[in-house]
Amino acid sequence: MTDRNRATRKAGITAFACAGIAFGMIGLAFASVPLYNMFCKATGFDGTPRQGAAPVAAATDDSMLVRFDTNVAAGLPWRFQAESPQVSVNLGETKTVFFRVTNTGPAPSTGIATFNVQPGLMGGFFVKIECFCFNEQTLQPGETMDFPVVFYVDPAMRQDSNTAHLTEMTLSYTYFASKNGQPTAALATTGGTDKKSNF
Amino acid sequence: MANATAHSGLHDAHDHKPPFFSRWFLSTNHKDIGTLYLLFAFCAGIIGAFLSFGIRMEMEEPGLQYFSSPGTYNVFVTGHGLIMVFFMVMPALIGGFGNWFVPLMIGAPDMAFPRMNNISFWLTVAGFFSLVCSLFVEGAPGASGAGTGWTVYPPLSTSGHPGPAVDFAIFALHLSGAGSILGAINFITTILNMRAPGMTLHKMPLFAWSMLVTAFLLLLSLPVLAGAITMLLTDRNFGTTFFDPAGGGDPVLYQHLFWFFGHPEVYIMILPAFGIVSHIISTFSRKPVFGYLAMAYAMVAIGVVGFVVWAHHMYTVGLSLQTQSYFVFATMVIAVPTGVKIFSWIATMWGGSIRFTAAMHWAVGFIFLFTVGGVTGVVLANSAVDKYLHDTYYVVAHFHYVLSLGAVFIIFAGIYYWFPKMTGHIIPEWAGKLHFWLAFIGANVLFFPMHFLGLAGMPRRYADYPEAFAGWHKVSTWGGHIFALGMVVFFIGVVLAFRSSKRAAANPWGEGATTLEWTLSSPPPFHQFETLPRIVDEPGHH
Repeated sequence: MTDRNRATRKAGITAFACAGIAFGMIGLAFASVPLYNMFCKATGFDGTPRQGAAPVAAATDDSMLVRFDTNVAAGLPWRFQAESPQVSVNLGETKTVFFRVTNTGPAPSTGIATFNVQPGLMGGFFVKIECFCFNEQTLQPGETMDFPVVFYVDPAMRQDSNTAHLTEMTLSYTYFASKNGQPTAALATTGGTDKKSNF
Repeated sequence: MANATAHSGLHDAHDHKPPFFSRWFLSTNHKDIGTLYLLFAFCAGIIGAFLSFGIRMEMEEPGLQYFSSPGTYNVFVTGHGLIMVFFMVMPALIGGFGNWFVPLMIGAPDMAFPRMNNISFWLTVAGFFSLVCSLFVEGAPGASGAGTGWTVYPPLSTSGHPGPAVDFAIFALHLSGAGSILGAINFITTILNMRAPGMTLHKMPLFAWSMLVTAFLLLLSLPVLAGAITMLLTDRNFGTTFFDPAGGGDPVLYQHLFWFFGHPEVYIMILPAFGIVSHIISTFSRKPVFGYLAMAYAMVAIGVVGFVVWAHHMYTVGLSLQTQSYFVFATMVIAVPTGVKIFSWIATMWGGSIRFTAAMHWAVGFIFLFTVGGVTGVVLANSAVDKYLHDTYYVVAHFHYVLSLGAVFIIFAGIYYWFPKMTGHIIPEWAGKLHFWLAFIGANVLFFPMHFLGLAGMPRRYADYPEAFAGWHKVSTWGGHIFALGMVVFFIGVVLAFRSSKRAAANPWGEGATTLEWTLSSPPPFHQFETLPRIVDEPGHH
């Protein structure tokens, strides 16, 4: 093999290695989507409430005010509110709150709620045992349903310096038209009341 | 640097250039492609400058004077940012000076993949046209252009801009990003495989070092941007919900991905400038650069640490205190290698036989202004302070001090330093110095008051503001006029250079200029180093 051939071959190897790095980084960028979701679910990062079983620790006397915030995105003719705007819960106490949803539109429609807590750092300590937001719901015209949320606030929040001082928090829901259930006309992406970006 | 035993330069017999069209449109010559990049960067820079002129005219007084709506003002802000970052600074420093001088400095006949080099350039041009198109098609409902800011955050860039303007802007970033990645592969291959015999990495000129680090930053960060904006594109057009809470996505993820690219990007813009300033300071102090190895590895350190500080752009998204502490600390760590560089430039000048040529004016001016920008950077690195200053004019002042006064000053320094080498013509020194003083005074008058505006609470990306901010905004606009006057002097200087019959010698700067490009004629032959120069180590001559 001549010197020139060897040099060309070496350059080719370097170039292919570089191209490999570039494609690898594109792959990582896309892999970051599921990884980020898993990370948020595992740690409660960015206000993602945890999902789990009943509390292990006993309820304490220490209490916390939980406010409820309910939104419906544009394109879904639903009315959505909590049975009371706020409840006081003892840390470690399992609590059930009902949310009332009414379809005010002329046709059956399907929606799914997304959820978030504020301050975002409480995400790791707010545990949902049961929630309507895990599944999508279909309501007939004029139909009203009450959906329960069963949750507790983990007493461990008092041990975390980021959250130890908090006395109140907000649980926020936004109903979106479900992408699978409904005609696209209802899926106008003009986000309207999307409260998620409201940090 | 090691000296070359010069057997180069004498290739006149082979110096036949292709005809005009094949030479400039099908170019595979690294010097011609470098020239094309520089010309392109200046054309794009003029358009970007006109957009910023629109911004400054509007901001001169409270109320809406020139713009029909604040949205159109934001289209100008976005266009200015994207053009200056992707189509002015990067093509000038990386495509322009990088293509011209990396092969010359390492003693290579050309880049490793000359035809790929050509594709890189034309992809960048195509990207630029896509961006210009985005200014004229509908973005936000009823208005033309993308007013998203250069960060293109969702949901503003998705549900806020239903028109195709954002798609054009994303496509522009895709094209220029692909061009830059190909360029980066070319630089890495060239530098790793095509150095002249005897030139080890530790004898390589600092500009080549800076381009090597920059190329790796491009290679690792740009694909992440490409991925993120592709997801944005499918969110906009194909119903995916990567960043849309309606389908379980999270807009904050976009910010993480964008800034994982965005922070290395600021080093991509400034590292080549670091390389150029080292050569200019060394040449005009007639001393080898102080602490060569520390200078090289400081750039490597800046590049590495630059990848783990991205969340300092997003302290306000609700990170835990511990996360913020980490990002504050990591960000401040970057001040250490940067300090090494600033110290070494000053130490290079110390005791040197300094000549204040035009290029040296720009280089010394750069050191001062970049340090000012670096200091405000350390202020902003503090998450507690940043929450107050986030998205204010203080941030605008900070990044214009490091980019507009840092990178852009070194683009001009490089022009005044290498213009004789690239063209064989000489820009009159008085023009370079007058241009420098107008730009130095103009840019300071333009950007220093923005610190006061930001501290007083003036937010970015607003077309209108309360009366209380009017004074400093007016001063700032005057600074813009002074800077623009400097540009006129620059163009006069270039015209005079080409009209004058004076020709540059092979090495117009004398004994301080030790790198290989000065062993060739000015301008260098069309093909150089067909007999490779040999690098011999001279003790004490680093």
